[in-house]
Amino acid sequence: MRNVVGQSVPRKDGIDKATGHARYADDLRFPGMLFGRTVRSTIPSGRLAGVRLGFDPTGFTVVDYRDIPGQNFIALIVDDQPCLVEHDIRHVAEPVLLLAHENRDALLGALVTLDEEPSDPIFDPELSPTAFKTILIEKGDLAAGFAGADHIVEGTYRTGHQEHVYIEPQGVIAVPEGDRMTVYGSIQCPFYAHKALATVLGDAVSSVRVIQTETGGGFGGKEEYPSGIAAHAALLALKARRPVKLVYDRVEDMVATTKRHPAIVRHRTGLTSEGRLVAMDIEIVLDGGAYTTLSPVVLSRGAIHAAGPYRCDNVRIAARAMFTNTPPNGAFRGFGAPQTQFGVEVHMERVAEQLGLDPVALRERNLLRPGDTTATGQLVGEDCSALEVLRTAVRRSGFRRKRRAYAGTTRGIGLAMYWHGSGFTGSGELKLASRATIELTATGVRVLTSSTEIGQGTRTMHAQIVADALGIPYEQVEIAAADTGVVPDSGPTVASRTCMVVGRILQRAAEEIRAKLGESTPAEYFLRHGPLRVTKQYEQPEWIRWDEINYRGDAYAAYAWGCDVVEVELDPDTWEVRPLRVTVVNEIGKAIHPALARGQTEGGTAQGLGYALLERVAMRNGAMANAQLTNYIIPTTMDTPKLDVVLLEHPYAGGPFGAKGLGELSIDGPAPAVVNAIRNLQLDVRSIPALPETIREAACASP
Amino acid sequence: MRFTLNGREVDVDVSPLARLLDVLREECGLTGTKEGCGEGECGACTVLVNGEVVCSCLVPVAQVEGTEVTTIEGLGDEHPLQRAFMDEIGAQCGICTPGMILTAITLGSNPTLAQIREGLAGNLCRCTGYEAIYRAIQRAS
Repeated sequence: MRNVVGQSVPRKDGIDKATGHARYADDLRFPGMLFGRTVRSTIPSGRLAGVRLGFDPTGFTVVDYRDIPGQNFIALIVDDQPCLVEHDIRHVAEPVLLLAHENRDALLGALVTLDEEPSDPIFDPELSPTAFKTILIEKGDLAAGFAGADHIVEGTYRTGHQEHVYIEPQGVIAVPEGDRMTVYGSIQCPFYAHKALATVLGDAVSSVRVIQTETGGGFGGKEEYPSGIAAHAALLALKARRPVKLVYDRVEDMVATTKRHPAIVRHRTGLTSEGRLVAMDIEIVLDGGAYTTLSPVVLSRGAIHAAGPYRCDNVRIAARAMFTNTPPNGAFRGFGAPQTQFGVEVHMERVAEQLGLDPVALRERNLLRPGDTTATGQLVGEDCSALEVLRTAVRRSGFRRKRRAYAGTTRGIGLAMYWHGSGFTGSGELKLASRATIELTATGVRVLTSSTEIGQGTRTMHAQIVADALGIPYEQVEIAAADTGVVPDSGPTVASRTCMVVGRILQRAAEEIRAKLGESTPAEYFLRHGPLRVTKQYEQPEWIRWDEINYRGDAYAAYAWGCDVVEVELDPDTWEVRPLRVTVVNEIGKAIHPALARGQTEGGTAQGLGYALLERVAMRNGAMANAQLTNYIIPTTMDTPKLDVVLLEHPYAGGPFGAKGLGELSIDGPAPAVVNAIRNLQLDVRSIPALPETIREAACASP
Repeated sequence: MRFTLNGREVDVDVSPLARLLDVLREECGLTGTKEGCGEGECGACTVLVNGEVVCSCLVPVAQVEGTEVTTIEGLGDEHPLQRAFMDEIGAQCGICTPGMILTAITLGSNPTLAQIREGLAGNLCRCTGYEAIYRAIQRAS
């Protein structure tokens, strides 16, 4: 049997996507289906005094909070976000009223007036009196570290919102079937939506089922937010007793749904005269928006990654996620880590400068090596590749030569180091207790997990792992739809965990099946003995220790490592900076499917370049003012330069065939590398997006 | 309203101002053409009208009367570009793929990388960083 792990086999879903046969949420229709619409608040803070319907309600289904048979909150971490506003309004675009009608024009034409009484909003997270979560990480003796420092360097770094811009907007369809409710939709985490639906619908239904439709991108934007849309569609469907499709248009999607948390990161760093880090004091402020949603865990990942992939004996990281009167910020590829790694890597460039050190030499001196400990005290294993990715990227990009050659020109070159922990933080995976199932069929095996395919290649990669673990052809592995009525809960499809964590559970299940099969193929065994199913649950590696209270211990089972080198060109007339070439070196344990892994890395890099240079969310009075693709700019082919990707493999023993997580890693590097390349042009930019205005301001401020 | 859709005459009874996108998806049942932004920025709704690339979200159906409209369904399932997008992992989430492939058809044979970039500038992809799409188009040509 030819092994398929490590081979770029055809995607399981490739031909359906290339021929237009793949069915996304908006492609589905059900008999008697109505269209749904969400009426939203227009003020950032205040009270809802009344709702006036300016249309003839005949033929309409109208739902407000009084129609909620269960509890009026979207179940997640804290139960503070209402499904529908009762009285208090905390942000613009908060859902107030739901309408459904069979005719879309009638639906959109229905006039609803909200009587809203505004109060003073809070927009500045640093002035907010309310923290959703605070985290303190302490290592060593910070005061002693600074006392022994020859140099102290300080800096403040800021990152803005980022909109996901999955090309398929959010959408679901709720279908009532007797006393059951089924929701189809563009959903990253079907069991999150399932839990939210059960909470909102209460006793009004006997059961809830969530079925993922083909999903046109997610990037975290379809992690928690679809739970609310699913609940809204289900409430309409429950009242109308008919299927209801609720699909957002682009404007609604951009105004109402989550974004990447803006961040302010302050560094105070002590170093010896040789450039060795002896003290790192880091303060992080995240703008959480109006409800808790996932901010506590975004903050957690951000804080743990905030000191970068560096060794330092004395560290304090104080982080807080703050309430503001803006739509809640949420999960976005990288999950807090891109913000804090922007801070530390742009700061390291300033440190090198102040000490008169070469930026590569400073990093080489301080990068984590096997046997070192991180800020949480985690011992870094033999697969730590920080130095190797740096040296590979520097050599491959011709960094030193180009840095000399570009001096005094309009070209600049910069680099950034980064790392990314795979899977849920700390004991998160233990609590999730994910399960995955393999069953025999008449033609091979079927894999049942709740891991969703959102473009990253879940179906293909899981099938490869199972095929090789069973010793059967890839074609004989079938992947079941992510349908909560059929699959076990394998945890959410987030946190770069689908390959490393769920893939490993599948590998174990496949090994157990292989032992039972003896010399038979799965199909032969099935025909002779009938059905066979094996379900395995996550097992935490025995060495993992995590102290949730004090943030000490093994934060992640494995880390993937990266270094980006970015070359830019400045237009001295327009102050526009364009990336010319990006060299990306990522160490990911094992590329189960090299072309998919490369595709993830290229895509994450492009998204990171947009974050760095183009993507500005203009907030006006608590709402996104540029909620259109006309003026919220993501990289086109003309904005995306040559991406030179190198994947290195140092296996992690706890991952399937050595694989670590890789989906998020590549978003961490581009922004700091771009800004460090701009610094190479003698321009002191400390915030992103680095728009021409930002760069011009920096130029005017520079001596 | 009469036009030729994927080589077959169709006659649809809709408002002349209906978006071609909606007519294709809802009246003709061809859902391979996708809506990403509704304002002609993303290119997910790309179709060919008399062989030229248009965003079907911007076109009132009246404008295609008497023309030849080609959607992704019109390519069948064996077009070399479809094969190449599959082989090179040019599709990740797949929502931009029909529009990308239809635009790529108009690039002619053996386009240079610069020509591909320029030709695809109106088709947004958020997943791939475009590199795999270039590889697919170069493989097919």
